[in-house]
Amino acid sequence: MTAGRLSLRVVALGYLGLLLLVPIGMVFYRALENGIGPAWDAVTTPPAQHAFYLTCMIALIAVPLNAIFGIACAWLLARYEFRGKRLLDTIIDLPFAISPVVVGLALILVWGREGWFASTSVIFSVPGMILATIFVSLPFVVREVEPVLREEGIDQEQAAATLGANTFQILRRITLPTIRWGLTYGIILSTARALGEFGAVAIVSGKISGRTETLTLFVEDRFQSLDLAGAYAAALVLALIAVAVLALMTILQRKYKDH
Amino acid sequence: MSPPPSDVSVIEAPVSTDSSARPAKPAGARRIRSGPLIVGGFSVAWLTLIVLIPLAAVVVRSFEGGVDEFWNAVTNPQAVAAMRFTLIVSIVVAAIDAVMGVLIAWVLVRDEFHGKSLVNGLIDLPFALPTIVAGLTLLALYGNKSPVGINVAYTQAGVALALLFVTLPFVVRAVQPVLMSLDREAEQAAASLGAGPIYAFRRIVLPALRPAILAGVALAFGRAVGEFGAIVLISGNLPFKTEVASVFVFSRIESDATTSAAAVSVVLMAISFVMLFGISYWARRAEKA
Repeated sequence: MTAGRLSLRVVALGYLGLLLLVPIGMVFYRALENGIGPAWDAVTTPPAQHAFYLTCMIALIAVPLNAIFGIACAWLLARYEFRGKRLLDTIIDLPFAISPVVVGLALILVWGREGWFASTSVIFSVPGMILATIFVSLPFVVREVEPVLREEGIDQEQAAATLGANTFQILRRITLPTIRWGLTYGIILSTARALGEFGAVAIVSGKISGRTETLTLFVEDRFQSLDLAGAYAAALVLALIAVAVLALMTILQRKYKDH
Repeated sequence: MSPPPSDVSVIEAPVSTDSSARPAKPAGARRIRSGPLIVGGFSVAWLTLIVLIPLAAVVVRSFEGGVDEFWNAVTNPQAVAAMRFTLIVSIVVAAIDAVMGVLIAWVLVRDEFHGKSLVNGLIDLPFALPTIVAGLTLLALYGNKSPVGINVAYTQAGVALALLFVTLPFVVRAVQPVLMSLDREAEQAAASLGAGPIYAFRRIVLPALRPAILAGVALAFGRAVGEFGAIVLISGNLPFKTEVASVFVFSRIESDATTSAAAVSVVLMAISFVMLFGISYWARRAEKA
């Protein structure tokens, strides 16, 4: 029995080690094998700096929009019964089931120069990249906030309404404080996805170095131009962000359990 | 169906201290107000603009040249090879995920060792790590400059490896909460009646886990069918060999053949919908039964 248990543990940990831990360690090693200096230089070149700035800017626009939409949708789904509710519920999950490549194609067909809403300032430029990012990270906030709202019920909101609070006061004083951790969790997941999106953004961006290149596109660009040091250094920055996201997620989950 | 984000069950735990939380009343029981209508209208309009219109554009474009052209595009030999390889590799990956996912979940729930909570946190790494970094990461260790002498770059095994990386959390996170809440009395009874641990697992634990395993496998399969970022560096995109459907669609977009790209996209979408919604429906029914 103990031998069986031990061998299961070895298999599970060995698998995780070979698939996750050792490869990640290898990227850290490769990025820093010549010391911090060259890695720092590689991620502070003007194109790298611009990629970093653009990645943050896109996330700063896409994530708040997702948060507002997410709260609105979660509120509808948790508080009301209406015709087509199941359909709405299903459509919200669509972005999880669709390949990023298809998302990119879809945006080109709508906003490209021969698209339905033909425009010259969306595809191969920043607005298209923002649309792609919103698409792929759309469901996260809804899916985290809705169960919290459902669980909480409507007693407090009704009490506030009885005492004369208007909708805005109820939202600010009751609803938002109630969902704050679920909302935070959803925003973290949404941000991680927004910073890390590759396929959809690669297609709509045109990958113009120094103009429409995000950090993930910069990693690929450096790799394809055989500048491995640059690719590893930029990947290191993204991996560090991912580790920070994981740490935040773990801390938040602990907070839930403590309540 | 449940979305990929990890550990939703933890979030669902009651946050309130009062025990009177109950489900919302249906709208009919309440005074009709304009608030929900405005919020609903805004949400539906946003969803239509961001998600529905673009997806409709893909479907419309794929049939623009009529059914014949759609059929020609999806039966093009290179497209067929890419879709076949995508399906096969996704099935293999989902099967490995099912076995390893249950095993890892079992170790995380039933075993005790130092650093277990760290390992538990590590499971979500593939969700947090950008896919292009995942591909680069695997190449750093298992690529042509591999320090361990394993080179899977530009091979079908490399594609499978990349997919195993990005789909790792799905089954683990689906099975873990079910295993945690599983009553151990039946297992102990089976053991006291002389059942070996493997027999008890197969007859008692596995049936209870089946809906969760299926749900996780469906999500993993759906993800594998559409994955692009993690594969693009490691596969080398050799037509008829390591080219997957998403990479094929990408190359068609690059060469401005959007109708053919749209046709293959429609097939891809159909496959993931059938898997995702079909299996989650089936799992829900099995759970009720």
